[in-house]
Amino acid sequence: MLLEKVQTADAAAGAPHETFVLNLGPQHPATHGVLRVKLTMDGEFILRAEPVPGYIHRMHEKMGENRNWSQFLPNTSRIDYLSAMTYTHAFVLLVERAAGLEVPPRAEYLRVITSELNRISSHLVWFGAFLLDLGGFTPLLYAFDDREKILDLLESVTGSRLTYCYYRFGGLCNDVDEAFLSGTRDFVAYMRPRLDMYRQLVTDNIILRKRLEGIGKVDGEMCRRYGATGPVIRGAGVPNDVRRVEPYSIYPELDFRVPVYPEGDCMARYLVRMDEMEQSLRMVEQAIAKLPEGPVLGKVPRMIKLPAGDYYCAVEAARGRFAIRAVSDGKEIPYRLKLRTPSFCNLSLFEEASRGMMLPDALALMGSLDLVIPDIDR
Amino acid sequence: MTLPEPFRLLAYLAGVMAFVGLNAAYLVWVERKGAARFQRRPGPTEVGPAGLLQPLADAAKLLSKQLLVPPDADRTLFRLAPVMVMAPALMCLATIPFGQALGARSLDLGLVMVFAFGSINVMAIMLGGWASRNKYAIISAARIVSQNVAYEIPMMLVVITLLMVTGTTNLQEIVEGQAGGFWRWNVFDLVANPLMPVTFVIYFICMLAETNRAPFDMAEAESELVAGAFTEYAGMGFGVFFMAEYANILVGCSLGAILFLGGWQSPFGVFSGVGWFLLKLYALVFTVVWVRWTFPRTQFYGLLNLSWKILIPVSLGILVLTSVMLKLF
Amino acid sequence: MKRVFQDVVGGFKSLLTGMRITLQQFFKKDVTVRYPHESLKMAKRYRGHVVLVNDPETGKSLCVACKSCEKACPSDCIVVEGLKREGEKKKSVTDFQLDFTRCSLCGSCVEVCPSDALEFSKDYNLASTSKEQFVRIDLVRRADEGKKPETGEGQA
Repeated sequence: MLLEKVQTADAAAGAPHETFVLNLGPQHPATHGVLRVKLTMDGEFILRAEPVPGYIHRMHEKMGENRNWSQFLPNTSRIDYLSAMTYTHAFVLLVERAAGLEVPPRAEYLRVITSELNRISSHLVWFGAFLLDLGGFTPLLYAFDDREKILDLLESVTGSRLTYCYYRFGGLCNDVDEAFLSGTRDFVAYMRPRLDMYRQLVTDNIILRKRLEGIGKVDGEMCRRYGATGPVIRGAGVPNDVRRVEPYSIYPELDFRVPVYPEGDCMARYLVRMDEMEQSLRMVEQAIAKLPEGPVLGKVPRMIKLPAGDYYCAVEAARGRFAIRAVSDGKEIPYRLKLRTPSFCNLSLFEEASRGMMLPDALALMGSLDLVIPDIDR
Repeated sequence: MTLPEPFRLLAYLAGVMAFVGLNAAYLVWVERKGAARFQRRPGPTEVGPAGLLQPLADAAKLLSKQLLVPPDADRTLFRLAPVMVMAPALMCLATIPFGQALGARSLDLGLVMVFAFGSINVMAIMLGGWASRNKYAIISAARIVSQNVAYEIPMMLVVITLLMVTGTTNLQEIVEGQAGGFWRWNVFDLVANPLMPVTFVIYFICMLAETNRAPFDMAEAESELVAGAFTEYAGMGFGVFFMAEYANILVGCSLGAILFLGGWQSPFGVFSGVGWFLLKLYALVFTVVWVRWTFPRTQFYGLLNLSWKILIPVSLGILVLTSVMLKLF
Repeated sequence: MKRVFQDVVGGFKSLLTGMRITLQQFFKKDVTVRYPHESLKMAKRYRGHVVLVNDPETGKSLCVACKSCEKACPSDCIVVEGLKREGEKKKSVTDFQLDFTRCSLCGSCVEVCPSDALEFSKDYNLASTSKEQFVRIDLVRRADEGKKPETGEGQA
């Protein structure tokens, strides 16, 4: 490794060995929020990186123990604000499975359409922010232009641009109109050439390739040890996608590929996400074509009470496996809610993976993990 | 009409300073407008028509800010660094011939002087970073020195290649040697060296690296080092660094226009004049802006690899090739 | 050697491709809205803060002070008071306070309302220099004053 070479050369030259501590954050342009990383550095090489989360801890789990099941719904959109739909999906899925609620098929299809649109918008934010970490400013604005179109579509259905809170136990809060469906079809047609443009402008760019290839190697074994999921583990050659391995909703009926790259470097994670956008477009297209008519909300009791027990439900959020574990004692308020957020697990491998890296490479690694800080702290 | 020497000097001093000041201020505007167009947004629009008064508003804001010096900083060096980064750019422009009779000084060693002063810029930024006593600034200072050491070499090799073609270091004479149509410009001088366009590209890359412009802006790298060497500077201290960046781009692009694109010579051999020089200069400046808003930043060792493993061998090869060609033809 | 050469030439070509793309974008139209000068119309389902709706015929509030919204609210930001007047079948609302500093715009109150007395406003410029303006918003008075800014223009 480069660090060892430099250290041996330093020692041979008789240079005094000194390290210093660099405080990256809680306000730093590369941490996209309030994450603090204490870096012990040897020159520009990182000897030890110690993430210090907790600056935006909002007690979502504790809040869950203080309000009834349906009152917790708005919270689910706010844990990871970039993929609000999938997080709400996990929670409604858990309650539906536990209480045995029927979900009309139209609602299931619309959940997949909105979830996948949300996944694309989340990946677009990551794409822009990642390029920003790498010093390229313009792709961010192109990505936000595309994301805006998704947000407009979702706003026309849910009334909100970020914290949608669209799903309800047993269905959705309201139906979509024809304008949304045609708008989504137009968007799919618009987005394909845009993805091609991103490939030409960014993916093929030699500077980007040189910066990402072989940088931040993470293997499947390390991912398992830290519980890293989503594009991180798929970029390390493990085809682990909750939509495939623990299917939910109508995903088994859709034809999609789980992109996997074996290299395990930043480029692999980058490519996984870029391919996922393409696959999400395909899923949206198929779901719209198959969309059945009917109600969007099934029969639901006025006050939800889960039978006493221990429930667990996972979905594939944009950043990886998001799971909720709920313990119910039969009352209308959960006894315990545990949120397993993907960013937290993905961050935990940063300390090991960043050892011996140079600062800009470590920031590329951090960017490729696609961290959302409120998702880490919850 | 010729003025007596002291007045002539004063007039040129005022002229050069006004030119640099105006350009530095309005290149910021060009950069912001250009970035906005590349990103499909309007850019500054509120102050004056098309935001044209924005640089003045920015300057007024920066001037009214308190000049903070961090308590542990080296006060003298901290204050000196912005001056030292601006002064060489002004000095370099004194030798740049804008037109046939428009230039402050026609020095025989003009080119040498430009590069001599050009190197001070690096030292100034390093001093600024060092004097700030900020960890980010010191990392930035270390980066800028190794970066510039790596890029001076291919730049010099390219310039030496060019000197063999032109046979003079007087910028005025270099431009005069390229008179009579665009096929006479050095960049198209394929007889002396069939790889001349490559030489120009190498010059341009080195110029970007020398002026710390994206994609080689590792010293400033806002997503890694906050603002690099300028982290601790507030108010006009930062403003001067900012202006110096554009002043240095101006020098680099002027030199590029003079060395390779025939300075004030018209591409058709007639109607030569200062207008052509400015056109070429601003075309190069636009390219610099264009490059910045297209590419991500390079990684530091990637930059050094590019310099030591590609640019230096290639420019050495070009040097040898040119000397052979000149001997043969 | 050949690989390095390919790398350099291919890399340079990729850079030119990138520059071509940004130049194409350079000549395209802006995608942004010049916000203070022009603003977008809010979507029909836009979830702003809640407002009380008066019956267009009688001019009285549709709210029957059942307190469903108060119970449904996850953030406890609604306080409703009502009383049953003589000669009227339903209770009527006397006080409806919204603590907007705690509201998370989730819309639970609108959903549970049995008499459709609540709806979302289309205000989005909800900004003020003092917190007090949002701590207790009197929705009854607001509805009676007939303040119904649904133009989609942003005035609070």
